[in-house]
Amino acid sequence: MSATTKTRTAAEGRTPSTPAQASTAARLLGDRRLPVLVTAGLFLAMYIGGLSRYQNYGFGEPQVFLNLFIDNGYLLVAAVGATFVILSGGIDLSVGSLIGFTTMFTAWLVERQGLPLLLVIPLALGVGAFGGFLMGYVIHNFEIQPFIVTLAGLFLFRGLCLVISKESISISDSTVSSMAQTRVPLGLGELSIGAVVALVVLAAAFYILHYTRFGRRVYAIGGNEQSALLMGLPLGGTKIAVYTVSGFCSALAGLLFMLYIQSGDPLHAVGMELDAIAAVVIGGTLLTGGSGYVLGTLFGVLVLGLIKSIIQFEGTLSSWWTKIATGVLLCAFILIQRAMTARKQT
Amino acid sequence: MSTPSATTPARWRALTHHHLFWPVAVLVALLLVNVPFTPDFFAIRMADGHLYGSLVSIVLFGSPLILVAVGMTLVIATGGIDLSVGAVVAITGALTCSYISDQADQNALAGVFLAMGIGLVAAVVCGLWNGFLVARMGIQPIIATLIIMVAGRGVAQLITDGQIITINSEPYKLIGGGYWLTLPFSIFVVAAVVAVTVALTRRTALGLLVESVGGNAEASRLVGIRSMRIKIMVYMFCALCAGIAGLMISSNTSAADGNNAGLWIELDAILAVVIGGTSLLGGRFSIGGTVIGALVIQTLTTTIYTIGVPTQTNLVFKAAVVIVVCLLQSPKFRAKVFGAKGRARVTAPAEPATPADAAPKMEVSR
Amino acid sequence: MAEPRPVLEMTGIVKEFPGVRALSGVDFRLFPGEIHALMGENGAGKSTLIKVLTGVHPLDGGTITLDGKAVRIGSPLQAQHAGISTVYQEVNLCPNLSVAENIFIGREPTRAGRIQWKQIRKQAAEMVDRLGLDIDVTAPLSSYPLAVQQLVAIVRSVGHGDSDGEGSGTKVLVLDEPTSSLDRDEVLELFRLMRRLRDEGVAILFVSHFLDQIYEICDRMTVLRNGTLVGEHMVADLDQVGLIELMIGKALDQLEELHEHQLRSDVGETLVKAEGLGRTGGIAPFDLEIKKGEVLGLAGLLGSGRTELARLLFGADQPDSGKVTIVGKQVPMSAPNDAIGAGVAFCSENRKTEGLVPDLTVRENIILALQASRGWTRPIPASQRDELVAKYIKALDIRPANPEARVGQLSGGNQQKVLLARWLITQPKLLILDEPTRGIDVGAKAEIQKLVVSLSEDGMSVLYIAAELEEVLRLSHTIGVLRDRKLVAQLTNGPEITTSRILETIASGEHQ
Repeated sequence: MSATTKTRTAAEGRTPSTPAQASTAARLLGDRRLPVLVTAGLFLAMYIGGLSRYQNYGFGEPQVFLNLFIDNGYLLVAAVGATFVILSGGIDLSVGSLIGFTTMFTAWLVERQGLPLLLVIPLALGVGAFGGFLMGYVIHNFEIQPFIVTLAGLFLFRGLCLVISKESISISDSTVSSMAQTRVPLGLGELSIGAVVALVVLAAAFYILHYTRFGRRVYAIGGNEQSALLMGLPLGGTKIAVYTVSGFCSALAGLLFMLYIQSGDPLHAVGMELDAIAAVVIGGTLLTGGSGYVLGTLFGVLVLGLIKSIIQFEGTLSSWWTKIATGVLLCAFILIQRAMTARKQT
Repeated sequence: MSTPSATTPARWRALTHHHLFWPVAVLVALLLVNVPFTPDFFAIRMADGHLYGSLVSIVLFGSPLILVAVGMTLVIATGGIDLSVGAVVAITGALTCSYISDQADQNALAGVFLAMGIGLVAAVVCGLWNGFLVARMGIQPIIATLIIMVAGRGVAQLITDGQIITINSEPYKLIGGGYWLTLPFSIFVVAAVVAVTVALTRRTALGLLVESVGGNAEASRLVGIRSMRIKIMVYMFCALCAGIAGLMISSNTSAADGNNAGLWIELDAILAVVIGGTSLLGGRFSIGGTVIGALVIQTLTTTIYTIGVPTQTNLVFKAAVVIVVCLLQSPKFRAKVFGAKGRARVTAPAEPATPADAAPKMEVSR
Repeated sequence: MAEPRPVLEMTGIVKEFPGVRALSGVDFRLFPGEIHALMGENGAGKSTLIKVLTGVHPLDGGTITLDGKAVRIGSPLQAQHAGISTVYQEVNLCPNLSVAENIFIGREPTRAGRIQWKQIRKQAAEMVDRLGLDIDVTAPLSSYPLAVQQLVAIVRSVGHGDSDGEGSGTKVLVLDEPTSSLDRDEVLELFRLMRRLRDEGVAILFVSHFLDQIYEICDRMTVLRNGTLVGEHMVADLDQVGLIELMIGKALDQLEELHEHQLRSDVGETLVKAEGLGRTGGIAPFDLEIKKGEVLGLAGLLGSGRTELARLLFGADQPDSGKVTIVGKQVPMSAPNDAIGAGVAFCSENRKTEGLVPDLTVRENIILALQASRGWTRPIPASQRDELVAKYIKALDIRPANPEARVGQLSGGNQQKVLLARWLITQPKLLILDEPTRGIDVGAKAEIQKLVVSLSEDGMSVLYIAAELEEVLRLSHTIGVLRDRKLVAQLTNGPEITTSRILETIASGEHQ
């Protein structure tokens, strides 16, 4: 009869779990975590499939699992940055270029200019964050679509790579190589510094997105930008900050990539923004913004990494199958997302 | 709106407010930059019965981009975007070249035509898939076309088995590298495609319906526009254009490279469309603007080469042009820099009925 | 009794837009513990005044005094901090966040930068409870109907300042057309909340197009016309006729004229026949007949299934059951095309989202339906097109009479006329008008109603939906009454049919 009665039925219809048994975290996530569970399930299924098929080739070794983090740490960091942007309803195409630029920039500073790595790292991070800040500034202040502005960023940073040098610069700096070889023992296996940094970034991103005002503003803006503005949220600051975070993450990913591959090359990480976006989407984040979790992004990255590992274990499959498999997965997840949002709307 | 007393400023204003003014201005400025470095920049000379000159080569090298951008314009006008065109370029080239290379006589016309047909059909199928996802499944275009963008290059490499297939076919060479009536044959292909597109959109009602679908999809459905059909058609057309560009690129190099053919062409094409004054939000579009936009991008590349700047800075310049063009087209930027005069649209005088109307709306066009 | 001091005083407010003076020296005052209506036609300056007050537009002249102190309001955020909260017609919350978070976002309690979720949920539940609402604050906002979302928006607005030190508590609550998409029960729920807040001493500024609502809830009203103040009255002192005269600045001749109008008496044979047509969640299966030249009015509360019925007849939604016969032929109704092909036209109630293509010109918008029915391969020849467009611009008096004008720049009434022209040009047999007079000024309202009468005289059938019963009663030969998504009765119009009779039918849900 009144709005209150409607309220009750609506609420019952939407929340399948009773409040009593749901934990604090689970209630925070609501049923929007379903895509994350699907991705986690997929990862598990793929992993078990890999186990049964390649058991005799050492797939079961814990280190194979940990290697997923070692080999994809940089992608995880980049994808975490992309998650912020996509949650806010934007997109960042400059990720791959910024990673490539960071490898070139650091390699050049360390090798050609002889600067100590400890000075170069904050410098590179600063440049990345500033690049992101600039893009965010233009996007917000001149109301140009993120797609175009970050496209300019893509061109700019790839171009700056080539301006530094057309040739690849290999790094022989002892600090770099010792850092690259450092392993953190974990009992069952070990992680590289890059993997540890990536996990720290992931944890920090989770905390920021769920427990800080800035994080909630990212969701609010992705949910409805106009509302967020009228609710008095600092739209511009948040948007600019989101791209700054993405720029910072890309630069950090670039540093990790440089550690992983120990060289700077103008063609490093070409198209990695696609991998990052794919990981975010496979991880269940809506590309329209406002819904998704960094934890999903972790699973997205792990699934992509696992595809690569499986193709390596298979041996006979060529590298392009990675792309095809990624595309097929992307397609599947996009259709799942579509089905889910369609169900919600009715 | 208001009628200024003096006609000259009025004309000037009408001119500067024409939707092609800024794109043309940028193009002319870029062309003029070349003159101090290459005094005979605008000269066209005849050698071996072929016309040569910077202008000819700008159009020649810009041909694939123009093709892709023209198709992209229609997709963008429906409110969509097609990121897969680069991959489609690669797939078409790969299929056509691998078919030709399997022929005993690579110069046989029938074989070449069949090969081209296979390539173009594959392209159209890609477009159909994109259109199906966007129009039928209702998936955001940027996401739907991401699928082929990611997987397509893998498919192209699968077709070529990861190799670069080289062919040696005279008839096929004509499309991308041959001459006809003293001009590069590509120019005729481009001219034909542009003419067909303009005729298709402006001589029929297709253009109006596309703009309507891009301008307000639900309203279009309710007036009985079969927008699903139109969208699918537009994505297929875009892929067909990309396919022709793919033929041109592979013909020009007599090779199919699954990895690099058409790399980043989708970004250049989108850029060309935006420079040409079509809003990424859909609605109004301008084929002429797009062609000029594509020429701006190609001229930029040529200019960097002729003025002697190291070619590796090409991308930096491109970034600069993107930024400058977008800033010039941003009403907010113009209001801030040039003042709000003469642009009543920046702040609508009528009071908007709902807060949604007051939403900052980005308008790239005009 | 001495008048209490107003909580808000706006004096000599001036606001100019390029080429337009939207507000010229408007005075406005608001007392604590009152519900104050701001009245005016479209273009009177209501929205502008509210936007100045809430910091959306900077003001060009005049002063704003809050609690006796002069204030400058530069942004919506500053307005909120000053104690002025706004709830708009469209719910400006984030559907992807929980109710609790929507109430608190932007001022979440934090400890060392960490958001205190438990506290947020607890406080939100308390606030919702205190205002007598029963809402699960942990559920996502999108899981609630629009009306509840609106209540949540109000909770957010008035809750501001209770929970943190930044605000000074809500002194002024601005409700900008909050009722336009609510049904009667929902409106009552909203009014209950408004009265409660008023009794707590909040000054409420209320904007609504529904005169009845104004007279039901408001204590005082301020009337604007053409950007100037024309009067401030106690609601009890000014009757509806007086109010309308103040708003439009002339007597009600135009409307009276229509009151006098005699309906065309002889309607022809059956044109459209729906049998068992229905859609789950939309409207229960119904039978309906519309005769040639007949105006069939639909009466019912918002959400009673009026729009749903119309959409089924147009194929805008697909029916689950039943069939539609038009001139003896069954039409599949799986898409609007089927209906359009059979001569049905539909002007949606949502002009902006479902009607106009704002970037296209008036001409292009007018020919769109005709062109769509011809298909893209057969464009309308230019000369024929221009002639048609010019004819309808003239016939409907669309202003500006410039076919090249962007339709998005026209006023609401003229936009509605463009939509009418769009369908009239296709010469439909049945014209469905869903709230064609909503949100447009009184003059244009009268014109559109006259047009309906003359179309009916020319033999066109019209399905007419309006929120105002008088309007339906005035125009219709037959009145279909809807209640709870069911067509409960069809009354033949005559002297014995009155608005109260229709209301009784709606209330009882059966034909007496």
